[in-house]
Amino acid sequence: MKLAVCVKRVPDSEARIKVGADGKSIDGTGVKFVLNPYDEYAVEEALKLKEAAGSGEVVVVCVGAEAAQETIRTALAMGADRGVLLMSDTLPLDPLPVATALAAELKDGGYDLVLFGKMAIDDSSQAVGTMVAELLELPSVSAVAHLDIADGKGVAEREIEGGIEVVEFALPAVVTADKGLNEPRYPALRGIMMAKKKPLDVKEAGLDAGGLEVLSLDYPPERQAGRIVGEGAEAVSALIDALKNEAKVL
Amino acid sequence: MANVLAILEQRGGTLKRVSHETLTVARRIADGLGGEVHGLLIGGAGVQADGLGVFGADTVLVATDDALADYQGDRYASIAATAGDFDVVVVAATALGKDLAPRVAARLGCALAADVTEVRYDGGIVVARPVYAGKATYTLKVTGSPCVLSVRPNAVAPEQTKKPGASESVTVDAAEPKAKTVEVKQPERAALDVAEASVIVSGGRGLKEPENFKLLEDLATALGGAVGASRAVVDAGWRPHAEQVGQTGKVVSPNLYFAVGISGAIQHLAGIRTAKTIVAINKDPDAPIFKVADYGIVGDLFEVVPKLTEEISAIREG
Ligand SMILES: Cc1cc2nc3c(=O)[nH]c(=O)nc-3n(C[C@H](O)[C@H](O)[C@H](O)COP(=O)(O)OP(=O)(O)OC[C@H]3O[C@@H](n4cnc5c(N)ncnc54)[C@H](O)[C@@H]3O)c2cc1C
Ligand SMILES: Nc1ncnc2c1ncn2[C@@H]1O[C@H](COP(=O)(O)O)[C@@H](O)[C@H]1O
Repeated sequence: MKLAVCVKRVPDSEARIKVGADGKSIDGTGVKFVLNPYDEYAVEEALKLKEAAGSGEVVVVCVGAEAAQETIRTALAMGADRGVLLMSDTLPLDPLPVATALAAELKDGGYDLVLFGKMAIDDSSQAVGTMVAELLELPSVSAVAHLDIADGKGVAEREIEGGIEVVEFALPAVVTADKGLNEPRYPALRGIMMAKKKPLDVKEAGLDAGGLEVLSLDYPPERQAGRIVGEGAEAVSALIDALKNEAKVL
Repeated sequence: MANVLAILEQRGGTLKRVSHETLTVARRIADGLGGEVHGLLIGGAGVQADGLGVFGADTVLVATDDALADYQGDRYASIAATAGDFDVVVVAATALGKDLAPRVAARLGCALAADVTEVRYDGGIVVARPVYAGKATYTLKVTGSPCVLSVRPNAVAPEQTKKPGASESVTVDAAEPKAKTVEVKQPERAALDVAEASVIVSGGRGLKEPENFKLLEDLATALGGAVGASRAVVDAGWRPHAEQVGQTGKVVSPNLYFAVGISGAIQHLAGIRTAKTIVAINKDPDAPIFKVADYGIVGDLFEVVPKLTEEISAIREG
């Protein structure tokens, strides 16, 4: 089975985000970058599918700066076979240019399944995977929390408000992975050693600018700490009074 | 003319309230552009599209087919992308909208501003997009045309205007979807989803045992709200993932959010930054949740919550 996984290099979820001097982007100095957490689910699922099929290849594709090689190596250390880096020093906020570059790279790869994360935790568009599927005219299911693949067909479950959609499709196809799909493995030391020798192709991505212009990047208004209305059950009346008469939400 | 398409959402044939927010945003943009708002409602036979002029629809296109009662991504996308010549497409960033918006943008070959929390027209469309799990917000100007916007539920208050809102049916081609929704499983107790609820009562590890969430269910019922959860209790298997609020769960914008026995870790706070009013109930006066809460009660939740439920029920009944 031939599988591709698209991964992104993102700031760690616990990183402190600092707005850069230009007021339009983040200051990455001192920030720890990681493989996007949702992409770990995608890598794990691809590895499991390859293992279940008994043979095949898992290719990791990333659009990013030079440093994103490290992110690809993380996926290779988990067990993927080879990597492709489409180099671009900057990434537009509009998801279409990245999707277009990925679609061009994946188009003639002969993949049975292409996996993505549900969202990149930095820009959080939740779009790139589904866009790639549309550009390649492949069936796709997004935010998948359960996946069965057998006999060239797939059944995926995705969570919607107050329910679960069950979606059937034929391969080749695209899925984007949600939390709950699996438990991603940690790269073992042996995997990390082996990853250093696995092939990693680097090419230019040649991205368009996209259709969104950044005017500014700002910190959200700080929530002002409110007040403690009291202690224990006696404070309930004071709370209700505040919710009714001050906040006017009851 | 620069018209705006507002993709409306129904579930089981009934229009979702979030569609009023979608129309409100579409109206605001259309007024800026000097164009019309065309709603688009896709669903099974008999979907209701009446009265949408109130929220600013000039017309409502209704595409019905029994095979479209449940969401079918590629069919919905093809109907939306071919519904007419539009400068802007607006959809709510619900589970459906988050899947549909990128499909439509890819088909139109245009920009997508996803999950925006503010939209204004200022010589062009300007939107606010929270990023890095709400730790920063981009202000973006849309430079291309057409464009697709998905708008976070509850972020924009519906506004009423008076437009005709006459419905018009559109013919749809019978086509087999590439990926087909064959079933929508409903949980035994159809709970209100945290992403849509205007009141949320969330619980964390302070609840001690899964059975104790009954206390929060009772409070949520009294308030007509939904139950939410911290990741700690979801990971422990006490509550379903659908209820998780935070960075790896749902980002919510209710009017009223209760954090009960939740410490207020940064990843949890990432999900509630845009809640209008936050109430914290925690026995530890130094819990970080008190730094963001509008109102706090320091105390044992097992004493506070039942009392709160009792008093709120009394108000609701009286
Ligand atoms: C990558 C990543 C992503 C994450 N994503 C999320 C996410 O999406 N959502 C999320 O919630 N977390 C997330 N977390 C986890 C987060 O860091 C915290 O571990 C989690 O939120 C803690 O849950 P809690 O507040 O229920 O538990 P605790 O931190 O253990 O807090 C329990 C609280 O209950 C109080 N308490 C105890 N007994 C009582 C009582 N009788 N009455 C009143 N109060 C009482 C305590 O004082 C304490 O403050 C994430 C972590 C990582 C690393
Ligand atoms: N620059 C990128 N390179 C490779 N894959 C990406 C990139 N950006 C996003 N993706 C993939 O698309 C998913 C959704 O990203 P987004 O639409 O930005 O939220 C991610 O989880 C990745 O799998």
